[in-house]
Amino acid sequence: MHNDHEILLLKGNEAIAHAAIRYGYDGFFGYPITPQSEILETLALLRPWETTGMVVLQSESEVASINMIYAGGSTGKCVLTSSSSVGISLMQEVIPYMAISEVPALIVSVQRGGPGLGTIQPSQSDYTQAVYGGGNGDYHNIVLAPCSVQESCDMVGLAKELMMKWRTPVIILSDGSIGQMMEKCTLPPYTPRRTDEEIRQQCPWAVNGLGIKSRKPNVVTSLELDQAFMEKRNKALQEKYKQIENTEVRAEYYLTDDAETVIVAFGSAARISMGAIDILREQGHKIGLLRPITLWPFPNNEVLELSKRAKRILVVELNEGQMLRDVEWASQFSCPIDFIGHSGGVIMTPDEIVEKICSIAK
Amino acid sequence: MKEEIIISGFGGQGILSMGKILAYAGIMEGKEVTWMPSYGPEQRGGTANVTVILSDKRINSPVLNTYDTAIVLNQPSLDKFVNCVKPGGTLIYDPANILTPPSRTDINIYTIEAMSESAKMQNLKVFNMLLLGGLIKVRPIVTVEDVVQGLRKALPERHHHLIPMNEEAIRHGMEIIQRL
Repeated sequence: MHNDHEILLLKGNEAIAHAAIRYGYDGFFGYPITPQSEILETLALLRPWETTGMVVLQSESEVASINMIYAGGSTGKCVLTSSSSVGISLMQEVIPYMAISEVPALIVSVQRGGPGLGTIQPSQSDYTQAVYGGGNGDYHNIVLAPCSVQESCDMVGLAKELMMKWRTPVIILSDGSIGQMMEKCTLPPYTPRRTDEEIRQQCPWAVNGLGIKSRKPNVVTSLELDQAFMEKRNKALQEKYKQIENTEVRAEYYLTDDAETVIVAFGSAARISMGAIDILREQGHKIGLLRPITLWPFPNNEVLELSKRAKRILVVELNEGQMLRDVEWASQFSCPIDFIGHSGGVIMTPDEIVEKICSIAK
Repeated sequence: MKEEIIISGFGGQGILSMGKILAYAGIMEGKEVTWMPSYGPEQRGGTANVTVILSDKRINSPVLNTYDTAIVLNQPSLDKFVNCVKPGGTLIYDPANILTPPSRTDINIYTIEAMSESAKMQNLKVFNMLLLGGLIKVRPIVTVEDVVQGLRKALPERHHHLIPMNEEAIRHGMEIIQRL
């Protein structure tokens, strides 16, 4: 195991597996489903239990996986699971448990066409599921949307930082195209897994038997029989979400300085949009892109500011208009907003976006 | 420098592997690369294709409408992609599975009899390396040395003894490609 940067040609899914080992995660618990199976397969090939000591387990179902990372995260360990659309649906019960119990964990969601079993082709059909949650109660997840293989890798490190800092589930919302396409990827050097002593110091709330003599036992639970106390916990959670919204918004701008038309798109749709922007710029169109990197917290101020100086916004998604609502709300309807999308596993081409822009920017 | 390539044919012809080796060769030259497969049920016997982009700069869309170079290995692939080659671009095909040859006159068309040649060599598995050799002969985007280095990276060590045979096939492919 050499401890340096390494440049490889990797699929987005493979990059996530490499990154989990190198960023010092303690355990992966997952169940195969297309188009994310390479994460589990790559971990099995790399056999990290023989090197870093990271646990890799194929569970009996997605429901088991999510409960395993709830348990693993409760002990202060750094854990992750991964799945795709319908598999992520099965996990929804436990995600709010983790949110209110303030248990850190990473969930990698490699979206395919939906609803239901849908298709195995790429889609962004689960924006709403990730951002607004299919679970119950007033909760949010931090949602990171990679648009390249390199970013898929880097976000595993960022997710570790964020989930430990804020004690919250983090979702990496990838999709079948980013998961399955190969690009050049620079892997990070190995970060050692934390020792029991480090976990005891960094996670004094954890239920791991590491501090039992010096304090009362910790409890990690979502169940509260006293409604007034439950509301207090809710208010505290909302307060934390406000802080996250104030400090953790991330977005990328591409050629927006003089843009009269601004495309808002995330993940693979943003990549395709950038291809369209290059074509349109050559034709003399003043057009740029705002790419939300965090989908929650959403870059509301960034959208508002651009919508005040742009003539129009086009939202591009591989779904039927899920982020569109957030863009509309954030823009306060300061300019006209149009939408183009495909769903069910169909990917758009740059030309379709070019045509759309030419039709609305006359 | 930016080269946008589509390789299309039947599933099982080694198209995705060929694209992967080409992409690795690009990395050896310090280029940015993307390898975007069409995957799913159509891999099993139907038309399979992969888009490979090599560029000196950051690559934006991995999905394309038009290509600098198309390598087509059956009639449905030719029909699908012949009009997606940019004017002045390159089209390479193996006549083995082509009934209706392309008629465009604004692009450079090459043929390479990789199928029959690999049969003659009694090694059907070098089919895709013959094609790769042909490609880098007419579009010198990477060198044979880069490809060999790419093979070293792409193949597990237990297969490294096959690299000389593949290199030979690449060099042979460079010889047998013909301008139409």
